[in-house]
Amino acid sequence: MEHLLAEWYDIRDLGNAVGHFLTWVDDRGGPSWLPYFVSGIIGVVAILLWAVLSQLGFVWIERRLIGRIQVRLGPNRVGPFGLLQPLADALKVLTKEMITPANVDRLLFWGAPAVVVMPALVVFAVLPFGEHMQLTDLSVGLLFVIAVGSVNSLIVFTAGWSSSNKYSLLGAMRTIAMLISYELIQVLALLAVAVYTNTMRMGGVVAWQDHYNVWLIFLQPLPVFAYALAGAVEINRTPTDIAEAESEIVAGYHTEYGGIRWGMFQVAEYIAGFAIAAIVATVYLGGWTLFGLEEWVPGWLIFLGKVYTYFFLFIWLRGTLPRLRIDQLMGFAWKYLLPLMLVNILVSGFEVLIWQEKDLSAGVVLPIFAIVNAGLTVAMMVGWARVMGHTGSIGEPRRAQLISDVGGVYYEPLPGGRA
Amino acid sequence: MDDTGSVVAFWALAVLTVGSALGAAAVRDLVRSVVCLVATFVGVAGFFVLLSADFLAVAQVLIYAGAISVLMVFAIMLTPRAERNNAETFFRWPALAIALSLLGTIAAVALTTDWATTGQGFEETASVIGNALLSTYVLPFEIASVLLLAAMVGAILLVQED
Amino acid sequence: MSVNLEHFLVLSAILFAIGLFMVLSKRNVVSILIGIELLFNAVNVTFAAFARFVDSETALAGQVFVIFVITVAAAEAAIALALAMLIYRNRGTIDIDEINLLKW
Repeated sequence: MEHLLAEWYDIRDLGNAVGHFLTWVDDRGGPSWLPYFVSGIIGVVAILLWAVLSQLGFVWIERRLIGRIQVRLGPNRVGPFGLLQPLADALKVLTKEMITPANVDRLLFWGAPAVVVMPALVVFAVLPFGEHMQLTDLSVGLLFVIAVGSVNSLIVFTAGWSSSNKYSLLGAMRTIAMLISYELIQVLALLAVAVYTNTMRMGGVVAWQDHYNVWLIFLQPLPVFAYALAGAVEINRTPTDIAEAESEIVAGYHTEYGGIRWGMFQVAEYIAGFAIAAIVATVYLGGWTLFGLEEWVPGWLIFLGKVYTYFFLFIWLRGTLPRLRIDQLMGFAWKYLLPLMLVNILVSGFEVLIWQEKDLSAGVVLPIFAIVNAGLTVAMMVGWARVMGHTGSIGEPRRAQLISDVGGVYYEPLPGGRA
Repeated sequence: MDDTGSVVAFWALAVLTVGSALGAAAVRDLVRSVVCLVATFVGVAGFFVLLSADFLAVAQVLIYAGAISVLMVFAIMLTPRAERNNAETFFRWPALAIALSLLGTIAAVALTTDWATTGQGFEETASVIGNALLSTYVLPFEIASVLLLAAMVGAILLVQED
Repeated sequence: MSVNLEHFLVLSAILFAIGLFMVLSKRNVVSILIGIELLFNAVNVTFAAFARFVDSETALAGQVFVIFVITVAAAEAAIALALAMLIYRNRGTIDIDEINLLKW
């Protein structure tokens, strides 16, 4: 098949069309920074449009899927099969009254929902949608992603604090405690990737996976699981939506917000979910490459497929699992995941050292590493859980175990049946 | 650095950073002061990008704006509501005089000295910093890790209630 | 119009002066700590500016120093805020005018 490369009608990489348009702009004359400026504007508008349209579509998909998981119909009144439900939601959010309580801190109360979408959108600037479809290829892309996510915690706290409502403050404090714990896990997970790929650029990580024809999920199973969980915690999504737990603290940090302000929090949560899915798709699942299939199928379609598949996993977890408690979540991060991630980095460092020092060929060495890492992951997870005292009983936990798990005291029933 | 983009970026970031620092010093409410401080941190991260220090910029946002400001906010939460003001003591005019005289001294020295500037930028600083940390500066690196351990243990020990 | 080393040095001197004013004159302990963080940031900008504009024997020595300053600042902020909480717990106030046991 004749491969059409670098022509503007080659839709396998939309960057070609943009490149030809920029050359046309440059040939028209004008200042030398104009093509750069125009390319920035095109990238930003494209990312914004894609993020908002995906979010609208996924509101419907998520509610129908969760309904199906929970053996009930989802929304099916507004339009055929409820397809106009996102539109109805958007209209409701836009026209609802925005009540401002009396003694709030006005500047912070109005400012927080205005900037809460910003960290989620900025992350998309370093993610490669295709080979030439990356807004900017920062040389510290991996760390940039985490740094921008850590600003999110401060904005959420400002929203909760300025509401002058003790439930909002409680939700905000819970959020910050969770986010600090899982930020460290995120850094360690992405650091293990950087140990293998020897670069922190996102484009470099995808190129490494393409060059060695392997996905990093096979080489690093434990960091994928840890990053997936840390990502779900960062965006306050069930099973870890403790900060906005509807059955416990009214609505957490966005209790006092109505109308479009609440809508901004929901939009930020969805777009941050796409951001986490896109990061996992780029770093662990190979980005826009699919073992050579990207010569026929457009790279950005492959990337979007991976992002949506991963987001489907988030929806599945939301429909299935109950909410965790805050001390369970933080204990899991500090006492269980942190030592495992440190051991994982040690093992990864040894493996890369052996590979580079002995100058072995990648085709022999990488499958061995994958098998060793997978076995080590299973052994470490089961072993460390046993060390921490979870015996892993299969089946229903006994009543004694349940009572002592929540900190109660279990008395054996007296002989004769009286408790 | 004499292209238009750098000059515009420098002056815009300078206005943001110095304005936020003045705001942190002048606003009456303590939480708004911390928010202005976070804006200052982001401005300083922008300066690091302008100075071709990409790794430092990201580390600045991650550590300062992401963690240290959260620490300050927690400390404000655990102190009484009546004392959350940013007022000055009786020492404000002498302190202003001292600060301005120090500013004048440093600015005079900076502007009149003939610095031996070369003026080239770098590409990737993370690997160079990593190599330097593990070869020339390995002793301060190890001492910094011991310092962090001591700080962690000390902070937990200080606020224990028993 | 160009931006040289002097611009960055004067800018960090301004930040240092504002931080020094806050440390010397604020009544609240947390405000003093905010001033200390401003001092650290001014020094970081100075080091990074020197690393960019002046050659050093080991490459990027200024940026390595900034890494160390950020590390020490993080450790110091943790301890200082723990001490602030302890002061509140023992004295009931965080106004430094009231915490003057060592006064003559």
